[in-house]
Amino acid sequence: MDVIVLLKQVPDTETKIKIDADGKSIDTSDIKWIVNPYDEYAVEAALRLQESDGAMVTILSMGPERAVEAIRTALAMGADKGVLVDDPATEGSDALGKAKVLAAALRSMDFDLVFCGHRAVDDDENQVGIMVAELTGIPHLGMAVSIEVADGKARIERPLEGAKVTLEATMPALVTFGGAHAVWNPRYASLPGIMKAKKKPLEQKTLADLGVSPDEVGAQAAKMQVTSMGLPKERQAGRVLEGDTDEKAKELTRLLHEEAKVI
Amino acid sequence: MQYDLTEEQRMLQNMVRRLAKEKVEPGAARRDVDGEFDWEMVELMRENGLYGIDFPEIYGGSGAGMLAMAITVEELSKVDAACGLLVADHELGSLPIMLAGNEEQKQRLLPRLATGEHLAAFALTEPAAGSDVAHLRCRAVKDGDFYILNGRKNFITNGGVADIITVYAVTDPEAKGHRNAAVFVVEKGTPGFSVGKKEDKLGIRWSDTVELIFEDCRVPAENLLGQEDEGFHIMMKTLNFSRLGVAAQAVGIAAGALEHAVAYAKERESFGTPIIRHQGVGFKLAEMTMRTEAARQLVYKTCALYEPLPKDMSRISPELIRMSAMSKCLSGDVAMWVTTEAVQVFGGYGYIKEFPVERMMRDAKITQIYEGTNEIMRLIIANTL
Repeated sequence: MDVIVLLKQVPDTETKIKIDADGKSIDTSDIKWIVNPYDEYAVEAALRLQESDGAMVTILSMGPERAVEAIRTALAMGADKGVLVDDPATEGSDALGKAKVLAAALRSMDFDLVFCGHRAVDDDENQVGIMVAELTGIPHLGMAVSIEVADGKARIERPLEGAKVTLEATMPALVTFGGAHAVWNPRYASLPGIMKAKKKPLEQKTLADLGVSPDEVGAQAAKMQVTSMGLPKERQAGRVLEGDTDEKAKELTRLLHEEAKVI
Repeated sequence: MQYDLTEEQRMLQNMVRRLAKEKVEPGAARRDVDGEFDWEMVELMRENGLYGIDFPEIYGGSGAGMLAMAITVEELSKVDAACGLLVADHELGSLPIMLAGNEEQKQRLLPRLATGEHLAAFALTEPAAGSDVAHLRCRAVKDGDFYILNGRKNFITNGGVADIITVYAVTDPEAKGHRNAAVFVVEKGTPGFSVGKKEDKLGIRWSDTVELIFEDCRVPAENLLGQEDEGFHIMMKTLNFSRLGVAAQAVGIAAGALEHAVAYAKERESFGTPIIRHQGVGFKLAEMTMRTEAARQLVYKTCALYEPLPKDMSRISPELIRMSAMSKCLSGDVAMWVTTEAVQVFGGYGYIKEFPVERMMRDAKITQIYEGTNEIMRLIIANTL
């Protein structure tokens, strides 16, 4: 069984984000990069299939040279090989542009399952995985918190408000992963894994290798434009209410009603 | 020329940093109060292959080297010095086997130490002597295919939890101090070997520090490492390497306290401004940052110099011995100073257990004492000039 994990490198969730001078993107100069946490769940799910079913796990990513580091992290976790599509022409692609590139890369690869996070924590678009499924012509199982594979079918569970739905699709299929760190508890890149990571195959490809025209991707082909980006307002200092319990309760109710307007 | 971490070392640093934040830091304060050895932490080290970092690959280790080990110990010690010590002390206990063991001994003992299935400890210090090795009394007398060990060792880190203990014992009381002893491998469960009093310590409180008792303890002769008169040299060479583990622990403690102090000084306001903007505090933090980074660079550099050294009993140069002693001495002093200043930055909050700098200040003290006191380090440095 071949499982391909689509993986995105994103700014560390603990990085202090600065808006670039253009007002439409973030300043990436001092950023520490990590593997998108939701993609990490996808890697973990794939590695569990590697252990249980001997699945071959390939990491597919697109991005600049630095994205190699994210792929190597997944290789150190235990993935078998990596592919990076690194082409300056992809810069500024919207979700559809990215999906086109990834779908084109998939065309030259063998797979039974394609895994990815349901969203990336940088732009939170929730689109690329679904678009790749559509462009590849395979079913999409969304926001999985568990996955089982049997008899050529993939079965996932997705939590609903207070309930759970079980979905099934014939393979090949694309699964996007949801849940939280506590649900997947993704493994760390162990030291032996780190020592082996550099020896694992890592292929770099350009758009020309994939047969994708630069006109179809990148900023100029984007159907969606980022018009502006802003930081949230700095949080105001808290307020401590004075008085006895009765007075405090009254004042709190008044504030929630008149100032916060939530009740 | 490369003067930086390799890609693997950076990945390891990121991995351990994250593991430390997510899995080690949350229980650090509780473990400090309880003072109970935590096997869950041992399991965490095992799962992530952190016990075999510097072990040769042919014996099941990662062969990642001293610098990788130091980085790991540093990152763990940033959040919990006793956790960093798990790795550093395991290396210390295993080093005599790596350095002086014969092929049969290495094959028999190292693979299970490399995975952490077996834990190691090193037993040198005795109630009457530590640094003054000429006055150590624990005796080993040959009896057929066995050596009979008698005596006591104390302050032995991991002593009560280790499966394999490398023990320094006098084989010939008539001989000169550097020719009178040997190092033996004592396996847990050997008749005549028992664990005595557990120490209640100022810092690294959940680390297992115990007394070991040898009463007619029969150790098979095949557990003698090297020659009967080689103990002193094995011990000295072991400590030259292992001091780098303690040095890294000290750098970690300093760096951990510094991180907390900087974050607090940016947050806490007095007289209408964050206290880091008051020059008295800002300069203090600048000094703490400089000294921590200087200690780190010395330790990393020394580790890099130790990396190509063969793990055998070949001689190492006085310069390298000095580098190791300087690393441990400077880092220990820096850790003590930085943590004390961190408590000062926190003011009253630094003195209570709700903030970790209080624990870090207590943890730092041991790094000036064990693996050779900092006075002994200065002696070594002076003697090699």
